[in-house]
Amino acid sequence: MRKNRIYYLDNNATTRVADEVYEAMLPFFGNLYGNPSSMHHFGGQVQKYINESREKLAALLGASSQEIIFTSCGSESDSTAIWSALRVCPEKKHIVTTRVEHPAVLSLAKHLEKIGYEVTYLPVDNDGNIDLDELRNSIREDTAIVSVMWANNETGVICPVEEAAEITKSKGAIFHTDAVQAAGKVPINMANSAIDMLSVSGHKFHAPKGVGALYVRKSVPFSPLIIGGHQENGRRAGTENVPYIVGLGKAAELAAKNIETENSKVSKLRDKLENGILKKIDNARINGKRDKRTPNTTNVSFKYVEGESILIMLSEENIAVSTGSACSSGSMEPSHVLLAMNVPKEYVHGSIRFSLSVYNTEEEVDYVLDKLTAVIKRLRDMSPFSDEKSAFGNEVHH
Amino acid sequence: MWNYSEKVYEHFRNPRNVGEIENPDAVGEVGSIVCGDVLKLTLKIDKQTERILDAKFKTFGCTSAIASSSVLTEMIIGKTINEAAKITNKDIVEYLGGLPKQKIHCSVMGAEALEAAIKNYRGEKLEKIYVGEGEKIVCECFQVTDTKILKAIQNNNLKTVEDVTNFTKAGGGCGKCKGEIEKILKDFWAQTGRKAFADMTIVEKVKQVENILGEVINPKLKGDGGWIELVDIEGMKIKLRFLGMCAGCPFAGDTLKNLVERELKRKLGQNISIEAE
Repeated sequence: MRKNRIYYLDNNATTRVADEVYEAMLPFFGNLYGNPSSMHHFGGQVQKYINESREKLAALLGASSQEIIFTSCGSESDSTAIWSALRVCPEKKHIVTTRVEHPAVLSLAKHLEKIGYEVTYLPVDNDGNIDLDELRNSIREDTAIVSVMWANNETGVICPVEEAAEITKSKGAIFHTDAVQAAGKVPINMANSAIDMLSVSGHKFHAPKGVGALYVRKSVPFSPLIIGGHQENGRRAGTENVPYIVGLGKAAELAAKNIETENSKVSKLRDKLENGILKKIDNARINGKRDKRTPNTTNVSFKYVEGESILIMLSEENIAVSTGSACSSGSMEPSHVLLAMNVPKEYVHGSIRFSLSVYNTEEEVDYVLDKLTAVIKRLRDMSPFSDEKSAFGNEVHH
Repeated sequence: MWNYSEKVYEHFRNPRNVGEIENPDAVGEVGSIVCGDVLKLTLKIDKQTERILDAKFKTFGCTSAIASSSVLTEMIIGKTINEAAKITNKDIVEYLGGLPKQKIHCSVMGAEALEAAIKNYRGEKLEKIYVGEGEKIVCECFQVTDTKILKAIQNNNLKTVEDVTNFTKAGGGCGKCKGEIEKILKDFWAQTGRKAFADMTIVEKVKQVENILGEVINPKLKGDGGWIELVDIEGMKIKLRFLGMCAGCPFAGDTLKNLVERELKRKLGQNISIEAE
């Protein structure tokens, strides 16, 4: 790196561990190294910190602490939920999900298809929304589980999961939501909800990587993925990752406190960035309606330039973003999410996701806008298409 | 994060010869916006000496597409048309200090644009995708011909459909043509002496399997007092039997997966299946 300062706008990939979280974890790498399952006091004393964490995460989700199972990550939570639903209703061989899920759900669904399950993938409209009537019609007698993400990782588009859960419940199937991108960013209250299972991941809201959780409603039958010891009430075997669970609890406590800031400060910064892009750069297109997105995310497609080039040029300026349209193999497949949203072909390859956090500042947004404008101009000067005067103006969805 | 060479980054940061020559003597344009990369190459050529006096590019594509275009112009300026015509995608990769496997197609795009420009200079019809006589398009999505696939297999010693996709993009769209690519691969390697297992007679298959069991697998099991024998072959399915200490051994399943299946697949191809009694 030529300069040390990093402009981090890739918080949907991972977030910085909050200082308070880091501090809270330290004792468990030090004196408090005991195993919470031990009979002696030295180990047993650790259990209460796990209990506290469980309480804190339950509070963030409006759940009761018995409904929280700690896991290693969001993917484990998703897998646990889906496999559990299939095991508790073995006669049901059908699954409903969406085309825009995270690979944690999508790849599992594809795997389940291979071993004999039938999967319905719900399409989305141009704004990334599923059609609830289509969901209703897709649920059958033999549907074991419906899994619909709360907020999309690439676009931030929020799905009407509460309504989807109500519909699913009325049809007698289990409803799971991957809330990895929602937890800590949008209010979640399981007390007044029909959602049966919900996945979260610590490192998306300032806890470290390597810890997640699954919410399972008390009334919902459950079958564990990892079988072994009695940990997590027999619902997830394996010695508890104590420091990380403590970190997750602390992060949940902070998130509960910061959710308002997230919704005001972060969304203001995001809107500033979004408005700035549309003002300074022509032929830019925001994917997904602003009022239906998580407050921190904007996904922009730039016509006639390619996403990886934008990303690498921004990276050279110490700006960290991501592209859904990674030209990651000979197939050059653009993002499955943007394809499902019918983003036009001359735009889809040039898509960049900016995802902010409470640690970003106005000054950072100004810097990014400045560099981004220059990068797009440079790449358009290089593009064989950039000479064309486009007939389209800016396209934005409000 | 891609593991790009410093040279790739350098050419991406400071691309040489960006632009379009006015009244060019040759134009080569390949790729499409749907695929995600396009390269337009324009050349100024001295008619007498057929030397390339100037070359400029415009590219829509990723880091390595831009770097490949940039080095291409650097490589061809000063060369005669005949000298330039000898440049292959491998030369571009080498010049760049290597490219990630999944990005090789960027260098292929460079070589193709050059080929198209030379054809254009020589008065042959300029088509965005050049389909010669006797050639046919295998991959409809990316308009890749059989000749191009064969050339990639030959020049780069490609063995799998995935390799072909990485090098040519063929098969990377809808995937419909993957079967046809597999056939081209099989035919090519069959002609060069390596007969595919599927095409062998039953006697050849039995000999081949017994050979591998006798020379590779059984010597490894001998130490544990067991061995494996061939029971039958049905098409691509090979039926085996564990004997000696292997029979009834609780680890026989692991041995089957980790040793026997791996070795047989390596020698006979991934599409065989193994069954043990």
